[in-house]
Amino acid sequence: MSLRDSLARSLHAPLDDVSAEAGFAEDHPPRMGFFTDTSVCIGCKACEVACKQWNDVPDDGYALTGMSYDNTEALGSTTWRHVAFIEKPATVTSTDLGLPGMGPPGFEGYESGVPHGEDQSTASGEGGLTWLMSSDVCKHCTHAACLDVCPTGSLFRTEFGTVVVQPDICNGCGYCVPACPYGVIDLDKEDGRAFKCTLCYDRLKDNQTPACAQACPTESIQFGEVSELRERAAGRVAELHEKGVDVARLYGADPEDGVGGDGAFFLLLDEPEVYGLPPDPVVTTRDLGAMWRHVGAAAGLLGALAAAAFAGRGR
Amino acid sequence: MVPEPEFESYYGRQIIKTPTWKTPDVPVYLFVGGMAGGSALLAEGAALTGRPGLECVARAAAAGGAVVGTVALVHDLGRPSRFLNMLRVFKPTSPLSVGTFILAPFGGLSAVAFASHLTGRVPRIGRLAGAGAALLGAPLVTYTAALVANTAVPAWHEAHRELPFAFAGSGASAAGGVAMVFAPHAESGPGATLAMSGAAVELVATATMERRMGLVGEPYRIGRPGLLMKVARGLTVGGAVLTPFGARRPALRRLAGAAYVAGSVVFRFGVFEAGIASAKDPKYVVIPQRERLQARREEQARTTEAH
Amino acid sequence: MAEAHPVGFQWVMEAKRKGATIIHVDPRFTRTSAVADLHLPIRAGSDIAFLGGLVNHVLSNELDFREYVVAYTNAANLIHDGFQDTEDLDGLFSGWDTESASYDPSTWQYRGGEVAPAAGQRDAGQATGGTTDALGDDGDDQDSSENHEAASSESHGSGGAPVSSKGERDETLQDPRCVYQILKRHFARYTPEMVQRVCGIRPEQFAQVAEALTRNSGRERTSAIAYAVGWTHHSTGAQTIRTAAILQTLLGNIGRPGGGILALRGHASIQGSTDIPTLFNILPGYLPMPHAAEHVDLDSYVANDAGATGFWGNMRSYAVSLLKSYWGEAATAENDFCFDYLPRLTGDHSTYTTVKAQIEGRCKGYFVVGENPAVGSANGKMQRLGMANLDWMVVRDLQMIESATFWKDGPEIETGELVTEEIGTEIFFLPAATHVEKSGSFTQTQRMLQWRDKAVSPPGDARSELDFYFELGNRIRAKLAGSADEMDRPLLDLEWDYPVDDHGEIEPEAVLREINGTDVDGAPLSSYTQLTDDGSTSCGCWIYCGVYADGVNQSRRRKPHWEQDQVASEWGWVWPANRRILYNRASAAPDGSPWSERKRYVWWDADQGSWVGSDVPDFIVDRPPDHVPADGATGPDAIGGQDPFIMQTDGKAWLFAPLGVADGPLPAHYEPPESPVHNPLYTQQNNPGRKFIGTPSNPINPSFSEVFPYVFTTYRLTEHHTAGAMSRTLPLLTELQPEAFCEVSPRLAAERGLVHLGWATIATARTAIECRVLVTDRMRSLRLGDQMVEQVGLPYHWGVNGITTGDSPNDLVNVTTDPNVYIQDKVGTCDIRPGRRPRGPALTAYVEDYRERADVDLQHPTDGGTDS
Repeated sequence: MSLRDSLARSLHAPLDDVSAEAGFAEDHPPRMGFFTDTSVCIGCKACEVACKQWNDVPDDGYALTGMSYDNTEALGSTTWRHVAFIEKPATVTSTDLGLPGMGPPGFEGYESGVPHGEDQSTASGEGGLTWLMSSDVCKHCTHAACLDVCPTGSLFRTEFGTVVVQPDICNGCGYCVPACPYGVIDLDKEDGRAFKCTLCYDRLKDNQTPACAQACPTESIQFGEVSELRERAAGRVAELHEKGVDVARLYGADPEDGVGGDGAFFLLLDEPEVYGLPPDPVVTTRDLGAMWRHVGAAAGLLGALAAAAFAGRGR
Repeated sequence: MVPEPEFESYYGRQIIKTPTWKTPDVPVYLFVGGMAGGSALLAEGAALTGRPGLECVARAAAAGGAVVGTVALVHDLGRPSRFLNMLRVFKPTSPLSVGTFILAPFGGLSAVAFASHLTGRVPRIGRLAGAGAALLGAPLVTYTAALVANTAVPAWHEAHRELPFAFAGSGASAAGGVAMVFAPHAESGPGATLAMSGAAVELVATATMERRMGLVGEPYRIGRPGLLMKVARGLTVGGAVLTPFGARRPALRRLAGAAYVAGSVVFRFGVFEAGIASAKDPKYVVIPQRERLQARREEQARTTEAH
Repeated sequence: MAEAHPVGFQWVMEAKRKGATIIHVDPRFTRTSAVADLHLPIRAGSDIAFLGGLVNHVLSNELDFREYVVAYTNAANLIHDGFQDTEDLDGLFSGWDTESASYDPSTWQYRGGEVAPAAGQRDAGQATGGTTDALGDDGDDQDSSENHEAASSESHGSGGAPVSSKGERDETLQDPRCVYQILKRHFARYTPEMVQRVCGIRPEQFAQVAEALTRNSGRERTSAIAYAVGWTHHSTGAQTIRTAAILQTLLGNIGRPGGGILALRGHASIQGSTDIPTLFNILPGYLPMPHAAEHVDLDSYVANDAGATGFWGNMRSYAVSLLKSYWGEAATAENDFCFDYLPRLTGDHSTYTTVKAQIEGRCKGYFVVGENPAVGSANGKMQRLGMANLDWMVVRDLQMIESATFWKDGPEIETGELVTEEIGTEIFFLPAATHVEKSGSFTQTQRMLQWRDKAVSPPGDARSELDFYFELGNRIRAKLAGSADEMDRPLLDLEWDYPVDDHGEIEPEAVLREINGTDVDGAPLSSYTQLTDDGSTSCGCWIYCGVYADGVNQSRRRKPHWEQDQVASEWGWVWPANRRILYNRASAAPDGSPWSERKRYVWWDADQGSWVGSDVPDFIVDRPPDHVPADGATGPDAIGGQDPFIMQTDGKAWLFAPLGVADGPLPAHYEPPESPVHNPLYTQQNNPGRKFIGTPSNPINPSFSEVFPYVFTTYRLTEHHTAGAMSRTLPLLTELQPEAFCEVSPRLAAERGLVHLGWATIATARTAIECRVLVTDRMRSLRLGDQMVEQVGLPYHWGVNGITTGDSPNDLVNVTTDPNVYIQDKVGTCDIRPGRRPRGPALTAYVEDYRERADVDLQHPTDGGTDS
């Protein structure tokens, strides 16, 4: 394997085994992650509370935002799970669902008179309304920019393939903050260090489910092996498409995407940016080679300029 | 209130986080890094060509810049006491890590070189240290471009090709400018030449960058960062216009030098703030990504059709 | 449901995943609506009209499950010739007595059958205590009126009121006097167009629901209805549930898997607190509280039930066993098992009546336990004025709630209506242990007991309720020790010998064991059928008998559902007899075979000569489907093989209630006591039997008043718990919904100049409150014929204490109650204006101005003049 390929693999190209790439022995545990199926999210915020309770994360203030029922606004140093609420006029009229799989013989052809909305999309009154809810979390990218740019090694890849900050190492340089293409990690203003979801690293080591997934009443947040979750997610999208919910799509599940696929990915019912997610995130280190080449060339040019300054007749 | 017509967002909120880097710490660091790195090169040139006055000023600028830069860098940390944690690992994927390993030896070497030059003691070591500092000087100037470009901040990341050159030019003009202001007129000629050529590189690189970046280049043109960029350009161009007249008029050379230095300082603030502005507005994240996605989908559709 | 019961809602989502259609009917678009297939916005308080429309749809299109209806309901029963319907009397049923403002139900009974005035405890000849003492509010007739007000309807909790005969039946359902035909005529005017005029639901939306519900009911399919206080907190609450029951019974959705009417109960063990009640009018297991005038001894107490058919026929056994559990050795056959020790009712002692008595100085002491009436009960001012007029009050809570601090920081202190120095109430605040700091059982809405173990000890002086009352009993008994006063015997003779652990704390499982009951040897019983009336058994709550069967705490069982069949009968324990679905005999056809393979649940196995299935059959297990009871049989012997509703004296589900409902044998839509709408159905505007609490702090907005043109309704948010003491005191919950707000439609916002995130003042004749405004499409402007109705939504979780504070929306709610269960109507009318409310005494003047403009007379608070 050439250096170039090796760099590509470690910086942006598809990667089968993130833990091995990070140096864990072959018998490391499988990569663990979340599949958040927003089509069954009921916006109860149990994930937010369970996360803070378990990880001892403080509140982030008491401000009514007017952003529907979202008063925690975004992921950040004190919000590691964040439930977005989006009120939109209903635009999609989906087809009748029937009641698959439930009918006895003779009931297959059953067609309900109810115009089934997509999950989270309900005809209401005149016009109709959708109220989308989605629990966002750190994506635990295959190619995690935060981890790559961290100058102290505080951010590291765990044996479960997750990305975790070690608070005892972090010196608060803040590089991870603008590096993240999703706007997940942030410095705590008072503490000075960076914090984000650990995918409950401590619980994982005890064979426990992360707090948010444990608390989720509707299995919107599913925890498991990433490979298995990806299959489950693909199945769920197919199921929804079959039901006529054409707007269902996966986000972050594709290992070929700009971050090599997310360890925590989503089923969405609208465009990612509607939920505050970047539509096509790319890990910044994909361009790292080009950056260093240009830095080198510019340094060379600068040397040449300096030499030229003395080569001429100084006056 | 939500959306501008051409794109959707979550209540108009930004998608990526605003860099937590403080101002003036970081723009000052960008500036002094460039100034110090360029000065180390000048100092070595001066030493090689026998210009002790220029050498003295440049060595002082290099050493002083390194000190100020280090202070700014440490002060910017959330946990300054843990500065040394950055020296425990070396990560080529982290320009900050690389930069630390440039800055630290550069600071040491330029300090030794300057001290030796001042005191006249251990001249050979001083000369070696000066050469070493000069070697590290150029990367010190340009790595900061990678530092800001290796982020998800649209106005920085999308500038990653031109920004190293713009920074190289800005560093050169700053170093040259300092020399023009403080070095004896008889010896500050190379400073003026360096500043002039640096200014030209900076202006060309920046213009190219802004033209190529399209929408994402917008923060460099509008608002406060846009104003800063205009002022920086004015100062730098002013310095360049004055430079030829300074050849025989020390005061004008000093004025031109000062213009270069000021231009470089303002330029760094402009670049820094343009990045911040681009992080705060979701359109710089959403629209280019959506276009990219669209293009890819069209490409895929074409490929599928072809098959 | 997702909004207020998110954990239970997981099963709805699971059903949806399996293909179920979810329909949500609610004034606001909630988190439930967000995942439902269909949401219907409805005007708050108009549910009977909507459900009545569905009943009409079923009846007029003959979509009922006919075989089920004929066999298992009283559809075929002929009704007394004197019965007159609301159709005949324009909104009233026959038997209405204006004088007492109550019904005489004698014309509602079955023809050929006599309505037994029933059960010892029940008021003979009274439908219930639907009387009013409020219209004149002189308080002088207290004694005379109280006798009628023992809330006996509620005491039918586990079965219907007793009728002694099955009466004449016409199983062709053609006789114009049969229930089916009466029902059909009664509901005929509940057309889709009428539903729109009353509820604001468009006919095509209504048709979708009607279609979906009827197609999903029958032999092969069942539909379930879940409801919460959106149905019950109305002056017509009980009748709303009755309408749903009629609908579900007509569709054959009762006693069958996937069917039913599921009450979503609020607090963790609200079901438990009616089973073993914290209510004034019932004893454990829905035994009625004896009445002073009627129940002079045990014989008269059980007299009317003793001759009844069905399982209430064994009431004497349940009552004697309960008395034995209270007084043990002291309870003997000779002394009537200490029946005389039981307190007696003299009338209505429900919450709001008690509050009125406090205000009038007739009630001097008050225990407030795990409740925050200053915020959580209707008309907070009334609550606080009552609490300020006591000798003493004990508040036990996890937090320093408003009910414990109203004397220094309540809204009336701000306005000057109360002055701290002048409040004589001595308040004892006692910290309570939380649910994780004590062991015990929760009983949830499925009647399932689930035991929890203590996780940590309570901090400081905090104690569990069990510990507190045990210790209180010990101390009182110690003080009375040696007393010769007969009055002290009930306390001194109590069996109060609970085992304690090393810390001196009472062992909760010992209490559960006592509730379960023991035989003469002290061994735990396993079924209530073992209870006797000779004093040889003791049982603290007959319906819970079996929860400690075999000496094992059955409620502690936690076998996961994936290790057992779908009934999952080894998770927790469900009363009665660990039966998961009540009346499950109805899951089989009259001949005992399953209605369909798909809905097979409990059926008759002729070979075994027994009812079988995964659940415990809710029937006499060896009684064959063709059994016909002998003439004159009583108690369980009187249950026929095709009488699934074994707690009803006639074994049938009651589409028509010949007895036991205070406000009519059939539901009828009446407007809430405050309404901007003229009742389109009848001239009778409001529920005639509704109860007023007449006191100056409880004036009623006149209906149709231009001063109060909007409807308001209160509700909960997922993020907070009821009156907020358990959530707005916690940072991690408070941050999720940090401020009190109201929700209004964009149209209302435009009409009144309300700004998103700005302030609004909401005014009624009681008071005015302020809160922030959320303008949202989730609140719908409703079109009712020519009239547009706007609703103001008010989450009610805030008060003056806690991390974030706000005015309490319940201060706006008037107290007018349902005549059956005395629950208030949470819907009212209001005005809403942009900006903050006046402060201090200026607020009183502000509200006074509203009252003047609306012609509200404080000395004679009216019903809005709608009953003229």
